[in-house]
Amino acid sequence: MNPITEHNSRETLSPLKAEAKKLNFYYGNFQALKNINMPIYEKKVTSLIGPSGCGKSTYLRCFNRMHDLYPGNRYEGAIEFHPDRTDLLSKKVDPIEVRMRISMVFQKPNPFPKSIYENVAYGLRVRGESARSVIDDKVEAALRSAALWGEVKDRLKELGANLSGGQQQRLCIARALATDPELLLFDEPTSALDPIATASIEELITELKERVTILIVTHNMQQAARISDFTAYMYIGEMVEFGVTDQIFIKPKRKETEDYITGRFG
Amino acid sequence: MNQQELQALRAMIATHKRWDYMFGVLGILALMLALMTFVALFADMAVNGLGRINVDFLTSFPSRRAANAGILSAWVGSVLVMLVTACAAVPLGVAAGVYLEEYAPKNWVTDIIEINVTNLAGVPSIIYGLLALGLFVYTFGLGQSILTAGLTLALLILPIVIVATREAIRAIPQIIREGAYACGATTWQVVSDHIVPYSSAGILTGVIIGMARAIGETAPIITVGALTFIAFLPTAPFAGDPPAGLFDWLFAPFTVMPIQMFNWTSRPEAAFLNNAAAAGLILVLMTLTMNGLAIWLRYRLRKNIKW
Repeated sequence: MNPITEHNSRETLSPLKAEAKKLNFYYGNFQALKNINMPIYEKKVTSLIGPSGCGKSTYLRCFNRMHDLYPGNRYEGAIEFHPDRTDLLSKKVDPIEVRMRISMVFQKPNPFPKSIYENVAYGLRVRGESARSVIDDKVEAALRSAALWGEVKDRLKELGANLSGGQQQRLCIARALATDPELLLFDEPTSALDPIATASIEELITELKERVTILIVTHNMQQAARISDFTAYMYIGEMVEFGVTDQIFIKPKRKETEDYITGRFG
Repeated sequence: MNQQELQALRAMIATHKRWDYMFGVLGILALMLALMTFVALFADMAVNGLGRINVDFLTSFPSRRAANAGILSAWVGSVLVMLVTACAAVPLGVAAGVYLEEYAPKNWVTDIIEINVTNLAGVPSIIYGLLALGLFVYTFGLGQSILTAGLTLALLILPIVIVATREAIRAIPQIIREGAYACGATTWQVVSDHIVPYSSAGILTGVIIGMARAIGETAPIITVGALTFIAFLPTAPFAGDPPAGLFDWLFAPFTVMPIQMFNWTSRPEAAFLNNAAAAGLILVLMTLTMNGLAIWLRYRLRKNIKW
């Protein structure tokens, strides 16, 4: 089953942004991902769903080489990043280069204990940007994109931690957006938030896909159904089924997917 | 539950609570014992020494006559030695702590280094004195100077600074690190933009507690050759014989507060014991001030750090 040919009609509508090819991942001796093949289409939202421990976060964290921070982790296979077809997992590719192109938003809001302004500006500072006017403009643009500008424009010097949980998460999204990433990773971004904050983040994600490709891990199936164009169901390190979201939720091809979606399992 | 069972239950709870009460009393006793010992010592020093503390005592050199003797050379020596200690111990200790937490690979070499650093804190201070005598005084030829003493005490408190740095760094949530790395930061950028600023409160506390210990150290300072009677101050910058430099004072002979006290307590005249008590009082106040400063700084710095 080759997902590329399977979604050929979609591919003509939207070019590939990335593609996992025979991806295996090991925590020491434990194999956490098994032979994952999956396309990610440009300017679409792709959801990863599956029960806890199925490897969806592990898979997501391969895309910005987060696993390189810890000893004993090993990748096999490739994630090809388009249009330049760089292999994100190659030893020859510096993980810092990868993280400069791909931003990430974490499960728990993790603003730095710095001002709101400095939180958003950090990605630019890391890139050596020092012109105040450039940073000012990009911080404002990122906060506007994250639907936070109106709430914080008069308190940019306050600590990020003084914001509410939902605002903190939008601050983290602004931080990720400030550097114009090509791909934005979300690791269960609403699991620590209340329903109202969750709704605002979901709305934001839908708006953001106009300009950036999004890959999101969620343990909330309704959320995947609401916001994503494509959905992948994972189970114990394997990609069970990948497809257009409507198809996955209405007419899954695999029995396992159907069992999970209908709540018989998981 | 009938009446009888209820009474049995209540009796059982009462028995258990008696142990609560007994431990509470025991704890207060233990606390009082420690606290009262210090208060008694402090009060004793205050009774003997308070009469001697005045401006003259702080601005006079030691003298053969107890009534004229002061601690000028001793407190100036202590302050200068502490300055050298801080300048040496802080960069070395923080760098070592940061390396061990953020850079060092997790292998057996790192494990051995870690165990050794922890053990260094338990090495008797006289051993540091002997090491310094051989290394700084004879091998490097730094002389029996403020520089030698400062470096010796820096070695002594280095493990304290390293351990404090590591603990402060470990208190930073991993998710903050990941957030910074995810922005594309290098390890050095993560360390200088995040790790060191966020752990500065803990590091500072460790440094000051280490300094408070160092200021009371006597044995290693005597070993490296501090004088017990000194009637002049180290040369001020650019004030000595030409060619006078900014750091001439580093190589000056010196004494420190605890040595001055030790010297006075070994005199037969009772008046000198009062001098020693007065000097002790000032030394304790210096230490308490440093600890107070540590608590205040920690409070100030932590106010802006929230995860």
